[in-house]
Amino acid sequence: MLRDARIVARKDLQLEWRSRIATNQILPFAVLVLVVFAFAVDADAAVLRRIAPGLFWVALLLSTLLAAGRSAALEAADGLPQGLRLSGLEPSGVFLGKATALVLQLLVVAAILTVGIVVFYDVGVEDVPLYVITVLTGTVTLAAVGTIYGALSLGSRVRETLLPLLVIPAVAPVLLAGARANERALGQATGSGWSWVGLLALIAVVYVVAGLASYGPLLEET
Amino acid sequence: MSSVVELRGAVVLLGRFPALSGADLRVDEGEVVLTHGPNGAGKTTLLTLLAGLHPLAGGAGTVLGVDLATERRALRTVVGLLGHRTHLYDDLTVLDNARFWAAAVGAEELDARRALERVEVEPRLADVAVERLSAGQRRRVALAMLVVRRPRLWLLDEPHAGLDESGRDLLDVLVREAAGAGATVVLSSHELDRAVALADRAVLVNGGTISPSTVGGRLDVA
Repeated sequence: MLRDARIVARKDLQLEWRSRIATNQILPFAVLVLVVFAFAVDADAAVLRRIAPGLFWVALLLSTLLAAGRSAALEAADGLPQGLRLSGLEPSGVFLGKATALVLQLLVVAAILTVGIVVFYDVGVEDVPLYVITVLTGTVTLAAVGTIYGALSLGSRVRETLLPLLVIPAVAPVLLAGARANERALGQATGSGWSWVGLLALIAVVYVVAGLASYGPLLEET
Repeated sequence: MSSVVELRGAVVLLGRFPALSGADLRVDEGEVVLTHGPNGAGKTTLLTLLAGLHPLAGGAGTVLGVDLATERRALRTVVGLLGHRTHLYDDLTVLDNARFWAAAVGAEELDARRALERVEVEPRLADVAVERLSAGQRRRVALAMLVVRRPRLWLLDEPHAGLDESGRDLLDVLVREAAGAGATVVLSSHELDRAVALADRAVLVNGGTISPSTVGGRLDVA
């Protein structure tokens, strides 16, 4: 499975390298979300600081929708689902590879968003380990959910509009737990954020296990 | 001679539509069998059934000793299907695609390069994105991916379509070489002159059933 995951992750990252969709479209989109929300909500620095933890996750979620939609669309072209079924690659390996490639792309987006909230919203990362683990755990969950529902929407003619409808409710707990943990890490709330990280980790495990188990049947249905 | 394909009353449903409705077929090891018939007769469904892509809704069958009713997924690594779609990633180069599909079946990059050379894909195309290739060039790359698999059963669905004259000649040579090396070939084609010259015998697929064919002046038993 790990061998197959490596092959698929390498292929997906190569596809990104060749097309530059994440670099040229998703990254600027994520930054735009931060800027537009800042304009729309308030120019008051205190308000921006308070909403920064939540906006980070909203921007990352919207970026996930684009990246996961793109990742799924790549597999829909020219009979590729059939090609993957015939390839002999383990479906769980395909899931793991696609999710890993998505995690790596989203981590780049998260890094840029972190710079964005520091620059635009004037917040500082006060608990670096908590912040890093929160972002990492939340990103793994977003990627797992995006990969699962991307496969589910593969055979649909309304894939682009169906994917957000499926993903957003599924990741609502990630937004909640991620925002609460980030509030602590960014010094916008007191108390320990690690219990929220624990919840994030639990959700991540559930979705990764669900993806490993369900990707084969999902691929068969496309 | 041992049988590679043995279908007895095979039924395949596409949704509720019976694409095959009681198909009987026996193909022996090393044979080249042509399936022909009108559009929508069930030829593509027959080939994809033999590749393990459809469940049997009725009847029974084995391919390379694998029971289609219970173990069809095990078939996918030992058969090679060249269908209407090329299973290539548009944004990747020819060589990237070749590396990926070769790695998926456990072959080395050198094998992929040799296969591309064997199907006479020009070396200058190795670093060209697949989306820039002509239909015929794409078809040759897909053929190379079939060659790299070294399948025991070749399933060719309209294999001459999209190829130029030299490509068609090359395909015929590859089929003869494969059959000479002990592989079994089942192909469907509307180019009957060429296909009849290639095949040991022909069967007629019509209305989801398979019957003896007199194409090319021969009368053979399904």
